[in-house]
Amino acid sequence: MTGVAVNRTMSPDRTVFQTRGLAKIYDMGEVKVHALRGVDMEIYAGELVVLLGPSGSGKSTLLNILGGLDTATKGQVTYRGQDLTGATDRELTHYRRFYVGFVFQFYNLIPSLTARENVAVVTEIAGDPMKPEEALRIVGLGNRLDHFPAQLSGGEQQRVAIARAIAKKPAVLLCDEPTGALDSATGIVVLEVLEKINRELGTATVLITHNADIAGMADRVIYLNDGLISRVRVNEHRKSARELHW
Amino acid sequence: MKTIDRKILRDLLGMKGQAVAIALVIASGVSTFIMSVSTMQSLRLTQAAFYRDYRFADVFASLKRAPERVRRRILDIPGVDVVQTRVAASVNIDIRGFPDPVTGDVFSLPDTGEPPLNRLYLRQGRLVEPFRDNEVVIGEAFAEAHGFKPGDELGIIINGRRKTFTVVGVALSPEHIYQMPPGAMFPDFKRYGVMWMGRAALSTACDMKGAFNDVALTLSAGADINDVIERLDEVLGPYGGLGAYGRKDQLSHRYLSEEFKQLERMAAIFPVIFLGVAAFLLNVVVSRLVSIQREEIAVLKAFGYGNFDIGMHFVKLVFLIILLGVSIGIAGGYWLGRYLSTVYMEFYRFPFLKYELRPVVAVVAALVSGGAAILGTLHSVRRAAMLPPARAMRPEPPVSYRETLAERLGLKRILSQPGRMIIRHIGRRPVKSLLTVTGMAFAVAIMMVGSFQEDALDYMVDVQFGLSQREDIAVTFVGPVPKKALYELRGLGGVRHGEIFRTVYARLRFRNRSYRIAVQGLEPGGDLRRLLDADLKPVELPPSGIVLTDYLGEMLGVREGDMLTVEVLEGGRPVVDVPVAALVSQFIGVSAYMDISALNRIMHEGNAISGVYLSADPVYQPRIFARLKRMPRIAGTEVREKAIRNFYDTMAETVLIFTFINTLLAGIIAFGVVYNSARIALSERGRELASLRVLGFTKGEISYILLGELGVLALAAVPAGFLIGRGMCAYIAEGLKTDLYRVPLILDMNTYAFAATVVLVSACISGLIVRYKLDRLDLIAVLKTRE
Repeated sequence: MTGVAVNRTMSPDRTVFQTRGLAKIYDMGEVKVHALRGVDMEIYAGELVVLLGPSGSGKSTLLNILGGLDTATKGQVTYRGQDLTGATDRELTHYRRFYVGFVFQFYNLIPSLTARENVAVVTEIAGDPMKPEEALRIVGLGNRLDHFPAQLSGGEQQRVAIARAIAKKPAVLLCDEPTGALDSATGIVVLEVLEKINRELGTATVLITHNADIAGMADRVIYLNDGLISRVRVNEHRKSARELHW
Repeated sequence: MKTIDRKILRDLLGMKGQAVAIALVIASGVSTFIMSVSTMQSLRLTQAAFYRDYRFADVFASLKRAPERVRRRILDIPGVDVVQTRVAASVNIDIRGFPDPVTGDVFSLPDTGEPPLNRLYLRQGRLVEPFRDNEVVIGEAFAEAHGFKPGDELGIIINGRRKTFTVVGVALSPEHIYQMPPGAMFPDFKRYGVMWMGRAALSTACDMKGAFNDVALTLSAGADINDVIERLDEVLGPYGGLGAYGRKDQLSHRYLSEEFKQLERMAAIFPVIFLGVAAFLLNVVVSRLVSIQREEIAVLKAFGYGNFDIGMHFVKLVFLIILLGVSIGIAGGYWLGRYLSTVYMEFYRFPFLKYELRPVVAVVAALVSGGAAILGTLHSVRRAAMLPPARAMRPEPPVSYRETLAERLGLKRILSQPGRMIIRHIGRRPVKSLLTVTGMAFAVAIMMVGSFQEDALDYMVDVQFGLSQREDIAVTFVGPVPKKALYELRGLGGVRHGEIFRTVYARLRFRNRSYRIAVQGLEPGGDLRRLLDADLKPVELPPSGIVLTDYLGEMLGVREGDMLTVEVLEGGRPVVDVPVAALVSQFIGVSAYMDISALNRIMHEGNAISGVYLSADPVYQPRIFARLKRMPRIAGTEVREKAIRNFYDTMAETVLIFTFINTLLAGIIAFGVVYNSARIALSERGRELASLRVLGFTKGEISYILLGELGVLALAAVPAGFLIGRGMCAYIAEGLKTDLYRVPLILDMNTYAFAATVVLVSACISGLIVRYKLDRLDLIAVLKTRE
């Protein structure tokens, strides 16, 4: 298992993302905030990468740029060899629509839509999606299809959000603190779902967390500090989500 | 249905109160537009059909008497198509059981065949049989007022001789769609009637055998009306022609045109206000929706919805609100239009009403309101679409407040903490606060426009009949009579006072402008007819020169001291130059006054009078009327006060309904603005207010913070509304300025008070609804929501 992972990471034609000198400066009027100060890294197909770092280290910024939600101030980022840096808004929209699935810390479900509809709203515009019901079954919510977000627990809401992210069968799954708002037991259930998807669908998954314990389930762990990569760790033994605890 | 569209429906359901309030404002705009335009179009259509089918003439002229052979010469005027000569007479009508004087105008019908022009539409019965001398066809308005039907009898005094006639038909004429007694201000269907008799019968009664005293004609295609009028005047001059005139000066036609003009103004003003307010409300509501939903928008974008999709999402939402508003508006406009048209049918005598709402009108209304609404929301929708997804994901930064000018000026010490919150909140969004005030101000203004016409009418009547035209009875003789007729009338029991007058038809000319008018000769120092200056103070009638009403002066372009040419159209038809001695103020009609002796000098007639104004004890009036009816040579007797009262009776119901509609419309605006502002304030500040509740503020105190702001804005809206309302009334008054009447800009204190009350009460009601929600604020839930 680990060997395969290492092999995958080493093969250059399997590169999903590549960044070079990636920098992001937020202009807050009088102060300029350097969120990223030159990040070089790769993400490979099928691997599960954890971005680890304290708050303000630039994790979310990096994830947003990878997902086409934000643009870099300097440097370059490519998705499967295509440059995202100079992409137009329309191109980025197309990119997000067909290739990227997001999971957010606060789920960000649309409160006026049911679980099924929250997934359908994405599958309706995607290329070759699964059925919303199937996606919800994968995350273990096959029996909660017609519940509104307000009728679901936090963990269930996050699983709806994951179903929404995977239903379009994205090439990459970007998760920003997916367990940040959950207790550990619920968090582990959510991580199991992510692990299952990464394993069964082979979706490259990038997971942000400031919780070092979660890093155990990754193929690789990228440590971010003050806008820079401080080190990269390859896990010889990728733990299963069930083995984690915090 | 697409899932994202389902979201629109659910969002809409979540803000149904606001959506309905906005839809109602849109509906008001659409319905006033449709009502005005459809009524106008329907009346125009009906008018055109009636004119065409019943051959309404193009040119009209009255004269003293011309032999029938002159008809040939008229027909020879180039440009004349069909000529109709007639005998016309002013008559008194004697109705059993109705003591008031009743006057009428009788026109002859040819004894053989239909009239070539101005044909009658028979509502009941038949036309008169050829050569029958005791049959009459009466106008519908008059018939309805007295309940006459074919077979009934009435006494008609023609040329001083009373004769009984049998009503054989009830008819309508394109010449008399609007029926006004000559020289009157309001229609009075009970005391004035139009009727028709056989030519032979009427000629005999008026000594007009083989002659005519009235002519109407149509023009052939391409003829120049001014040319024809000039030639016709030349032909009729020697026969006592009183000056020919075209349709635009024909009384009935003129009143209709004025009414249409008024409807046009209404179609322009009201919808603009409503749609403007609706656009503003949609802007406020949608921009709030966009900020509430910024995270949802961000998620949708994160999952690949494009700017266009997001923009369309909100456009669709706005579109549904517009759709609701437009649907209600079209239905309401159709209903109001039908109703208004039937009201007009009471005043205007059309044989039929072709009410129709042209689809294009509804489409225009829908497009205009849709356009206005979309324009109003475009900015917010654009903002929603352009929101960068990464930034939208983060909560909105706290809004920046600062001390307001008032506080910096030192008011801080006076204001309590909630008071400061109120003024800072107003100060933070000055544009939005200003627009809220403007919206409510327009509600005040609409109320004022509704009452304005009533106030102005009251004032006009007060001035005209209280200050200027103060006689109780006006008696007119068939032709000029010697002054001694005055003494006979003065001798009637109950008559307190009498004053003589003389009217002479003339054309007033100054440079290239002219105006046809009956110049009135009055007794100097008279008390029953007084001339008023601009401040409505009585002015002395100068012994020489002519006095014009200011509007006539304006029309002719003359000022005091200018020399006016008076071309008399009666008797020896002298032409003289007379200096303009003064301009006087008058709201109803236009007049030219002269000292009666000066006028008689021009006419070379010693002491001739045309009639007498009487002031009489009301108790004796029925007896006076009875005596007058039996006197020969009396052409007409008018009792002004009764005409006014009658008019008010007819108007009362209509006025009440229109006041109600206006109140409703103003209420809708006020409610729409206040309710939406309050709901948005609640959604923006729910957290803040809940926090205050947790800190120990009472429900009353937080309501004060939220609703106090709206209270301040509503109070500010009242004086602003007064100003806007006055401006709108001035605009309407300006548009209604004609020689028929000038509506003065008079607004009662009551009107101001009522307008303010309606708006403040609507504001209070919507405030109470929000207060109800505020009282049920779920403290924990509110604090938990992340925004």
